[in-house]
Amino acid sequence: MEKTIEQIKEEALDELKTASDIETIKALSVLYLGRKGLVTQFLRDISKLPQEKRPGAGKQANKVKKILDTAFKEAIELLKKEAAETDDHIDVSLPGRAVAQGSLHPITQINRQIFEIFTKLGFDIAEGPEVETDYYNFEALNIPKNHPARDMQDTFYISDNIILRTQTSPMQVRVMEKQKPPVRIIAPGKVYRCDSDLTHTPMFHQVEGLLVDENISFGDLKGILNTFIHQIFDTQTSLRFRPSFFPFTEPSAEVDILCVICRGKGCRVCSHTGWLEVLGCGMVHPVIFENIGYDTSRYTGFAFGMGVERIAMLKYGIDDIRKFFENDLRFLRQF
Amino acid sequence: MKASLSWLNEYVPVKMKASDLSDALTMAGLEVEAVSDRYDYLSSVVTGRIVEVHPHPNADRLKLCEVDVGDRVVSVVCGASNVEKDLLVPAALPGTLFPDGSLLKKSEIRGQQSEGMLCSEAELRIAANASGIMVLDGDLSPGLPLNQALGLSDPVFEIDLTPNRSDCLSIIGIAREIAALQNTSIKLPDTDIPETGNKISEFTSVTLKAPDLCPRYSARLIFDITVAPSPFWLQDRLMSVGLKPINNIVDITNFVMMETGQPLHAFDFERLADNKIVVRAANKGENFTTLDRKQHTLSSDMLMICDGEKPVALAGVMGGLNSEIEDTTTKVLIESAYFDPVCIRKTSKKLGLNTESSHRFERGTDPEGTIRAVNRAARLMLEMGGGKLIEGLIDEYPESITKKAIPLSVSDTNRLLGIRLDQDEIDTLLQSIECKVKKKGNDKLEVLPPSFRVDIARPVDLMEEVARLSGYNNIPTTFPLIPAEARKPALQIDSRNRIKDLMTGFGFTEIISYSFINKLSSSLFSVQTDNPEKSLVEILNPLSEDHAVMRTSLIPGLLATMNHNISKQVRNLKIFEIGKTFFSTGTDKQAEETEMLSGLWTGSRFENSWLSKETACDFYDIKGVVEELLRSLGLSGTKFTRMPKASCNYTKPGYTAQIILENDPMDKMIGLVAEVDSRMLENFGLEQTAFIFELNISRLIRLIPTVKTAKPIPKFPATSRDITIIIDKDVEAENILRGVEILNDEEELVENLSLFDIYEGEPVPKTKKSVSFRITYRSSQGTLEDDTVNQIHSNITHRLIKKFDATLPD
Repeated sequence: MEKTIEQIKEEALDELKTASDIETIKALSVLYLGRKGLVTQFLRDISKLPQEKRPGAGKQANKVKKILDTAFKEAIELLKKEAAETDDHIDVSLPGRAVAQGSLHPITQINRQIFEIFTKLGFDIAEGPEVETDYYNFEALNIPKNHPARDMQDTFYISDNIILRTQTSPMQVRVMEKQKPPVRIIAPGKVYRCDSDLTHTPMFHQVEGLLVDENISFGDLKGILNTFIHQIFDTQTSLRFRPSFFPFTEPSAEVDILCVICRGKGCRVCSHTGWLEVLGCGMVHPVIFENIGYDTSRYTGFAFGMGVERIAMLKYGIDDIRKFFENDLRFLRQF
Repeated sequence: MKASLSWLNEYVPVKMKASDLSDALTMAGLEVEAVSDRYDYLSSVVTGRIVEVHPHPNADRLKLCEVDVGDRVVSVVCGASNVEKDLLVPAALPGTLFPDGSLLKKSEIRGQQSEGMLCSEAELRIAANASGIMVLDGDLSPGLPLNQALGLSDPVFEIDLTPNRSDCLSIIGIAREIAALQNTSIKLPDTDIPETGNKISEFTSVTLKAPDLCPRYSARLIFDITVAPSPFWLQDRLMSVGLKPINNIVDITNFVMMETGQPLHAFDFERLADNKIVVRAANKGENFTTLDRKQHTLSSDMLMICDGEKPVALAGVMGGLNSEIEDTTTKVLIESAYFDPVCIRKTSKKLGLNTESSHRFERGTDPEGTIRAVNRAARLMLEMGGGKLIEGLIDEYPESITKKAIPLSVSDTNRLLGIRLDQDEIDTLLQSIECKVKKKGNDKLEVLPPSFRVDIARPVDLMEEVARLSGYNNIPTTFPLIPAEARKPALQIDSRNRIKDLMTGFGFTEIISYSFINKLSSSLFSVQTDNPEKSLVEILNPLSEDHAVMRTSLIPGLLATMNHNISKQVRNLKIFEIGKTFFSTGTDKQAEETEMLSGLWTGSRFENSWLSKETACDFYDIKGVVEELLRSLGLSGTKFTRMPKASCNYTKPGYTAQIILENDPMDKMIGLVAEVDSRMLENFGLEQTAFIFELNISRLIRLIPTVKTAKPIPKFPATSRDITIIIDKDVEAENILRGVEILNDEEELVENLSLFDIYEGEPVPKTKKSVSFRITYRSSQGTLEDDTVNQIHSNITHRLIKKFDATLPD
């Protein structure tokens, strides 16, 4: 044996004293205690010693191994501690590497909220064509040609019988034609009217709802719409129902909600009335059921419709409907 | 429809304050849009004390008055003879807007500044007296607004009527509603004319040749009348609802129309050939000139009022120029008719003539109201224009339009509305709107609605009245008894949501643009490989040329958005839209609607920052987005191949890839990725390069796997080997990668392939390129031995070289 275990120990400790960084110490640790390290080697070579010397040498070598192991570890710890105490740092105030997230159009966001509320209430979502027939958009909804009710919606025509749908109500008829009651649907989508000013764009989004079953009453319509308004705004937003006229519902109502801006005190948004018109609704007119072939003595139902832009404008405090379709990124990125 | 409170008060004593009345009407379904006071214009007319009167230096008949208007003294030029020092008079200040629409401005009259106008009662439109400046009670202090000083106030309600309530297109109609709300009765004007003979038949006759279009025609005749301006009160009433006074005869017909809702027409009797009226359908192509001096070509579904020779009025819409009342008129025939609503509407629509008269007829007037109205007008004419009534009334009414009683079930009413009213309560409610109600048994009522309620025809119409009268807000709020099933959104909606979320995750912002675009854009943005026969869906009545056809691509919307934002100095954009494109499937047929996803990236990949310099985005940025999108949706096996030149006219040739999905049963292009063609950018006023993609979402969504199954994570380590080959420039990377995959078929040990370097230039020959890629090998059976990997790798290398006629680098 060339060196005694004590010599190895001394040399190791001397070298440790000169080591000034963690990497060097780790290398020393490998040099002495690693798989092929000097101490390891020494321990392995004990088997070559005479029988009587083996226990002593083994014991001593293991002791050295422990001492060195502790010394290396402590030295590393010390260095780490020192490093922690130095003033080495980065400028953490510099902005991080950009991870850009895009944003969903506010109409999409409001649509999703509406969908969620109604799907929880058991409504299916039905989508349909935007280029619609006069029949589904008007005739089947009790709006015959040459009826003054046609003036309520300025229509874009493709031909005599083909139009851009002015409402998503045609889906009521399309769904009922295919399905027996009970029917519970909402029909969202783009609709078109020849109208363009501060409060009207020629294209906008609507969600129409329909529920048909036995024993459905106007009171139930109030219940569902109360729930909806309380979910989409809050439970403090009260509703009032005003008589109105839609050819495909009777009785028909306009629904006003307590102004979400001023809470009824009167402000510019609600034209100082304290109320905001947000929904149209009513009990499905028996003529519609007769057209479909539903038994009017057995089934009643209600329908309602709303403009998604209107809800978004109120929720986000947007004052000009045209902003939705200008697609100014400085606007869209706020949502 | 406008109604002033003072006019309403003529028929029903209004017990409510104006604001309460406005609310009550709104809640009864007559939505009051605005309430304004018709004397508001007098707030800028103030009481003024004349402090000095000088003669006008340049005009003998004018005076120069110094008038104390409270906070200052103004000079006013005045021509009235009764101005005197110390008089208190109304002084209209500049900015006053008179009811006739004239605006008072500071002016110079014969070289003298006039800062206002001293007014007579007639000029102020508050009374008829025009004889001099109005003299006010001297106790008033100067500077008071005149409406306040005189206590003048008359709220005018502007009501937005729904098309069903034609009965409320009259002051009496609205008064009836108020009476029902207040539980009071209404007082109608006296229209009695005792019938003493039938002399009228000696002078004229009415023949109905189209009784289906004109079911009733009533008329009276007045002779020796004098046409003159109307008295003040009548002019005042008309102006209170926005009508312009013309002369007593015309004003009376308008007044009665506003009062009763029955449009009337007055003919100059002497201008009627043969002194008779014939009501007939128009002849096709017949020409007619209306009062407004416009000539119209008629069609056979229009109705004409004619005399013995020619048409004299477009029935229910407008009178003819050839029979209008003139200053010299002395004999008047008053028409009071009931016309078929559909006929009037068609005529009005076709000719683009919307009048107060047609507005009422097309919504339905009261067929039983013609006589009251004609009598009311006749009495007023006699009062105001002198003249004498020719005894007798013409009333051609061949087939009476009688309303049938409507059966109403109390229990059905309660069931539909969700209320509990008894038979008596419903009876009382319906009687309050002048229905005649008979009880039948315990549950039924037989209800005869009044003739003016043309909107009530079915039991449900009565139920609505019950709801309206008892108050919608008194109906208890309940919930439908429906099974507690939550619903899942349809696959289409669910997938669309996922795609939108992924796109925003990739940093793209969602836009929504109009579905209609400019025709030129629509024809430019079509892919020719995709069925050239498809044609555009054009709008017959577009708002503008820019919104004239339905879009065939979402790209124009993205480019327009790019243009808008760049003009606002936002130059770096990552935007996308999901929406439909439209292609015609033939005339009078619905369009083919395809849902598309399109994205656009322009400007920088990274914005300039302290970490990195700004770098421009390129084709591979947007392609990466598409690849990751498809991968995230679980769509594997996407192929990008170069689009043949000239098959897409809005993308740059050679820089356009068509996307084909491997498991697409249609096996054709589902979308594209490209750089936008520079000429197309120019069309949109753009200079900056843009990269786009389009995907047919309608098709793609059906290919998204709905079930996900977990695969085991590899147990054994992988080994990778790099390979570089020199290959013809034209060989596309996709082919090489696919080549490797095919060669691997037998062993199935190649786990992944990735291209990490493409090099062109020295020392690689000009027609060649050097391509380096890394192949990762792994076996699911055990750790691969180096020798095995080397063997396969060398096999693949050699076979690639052979397949692509490649060489290894030196």
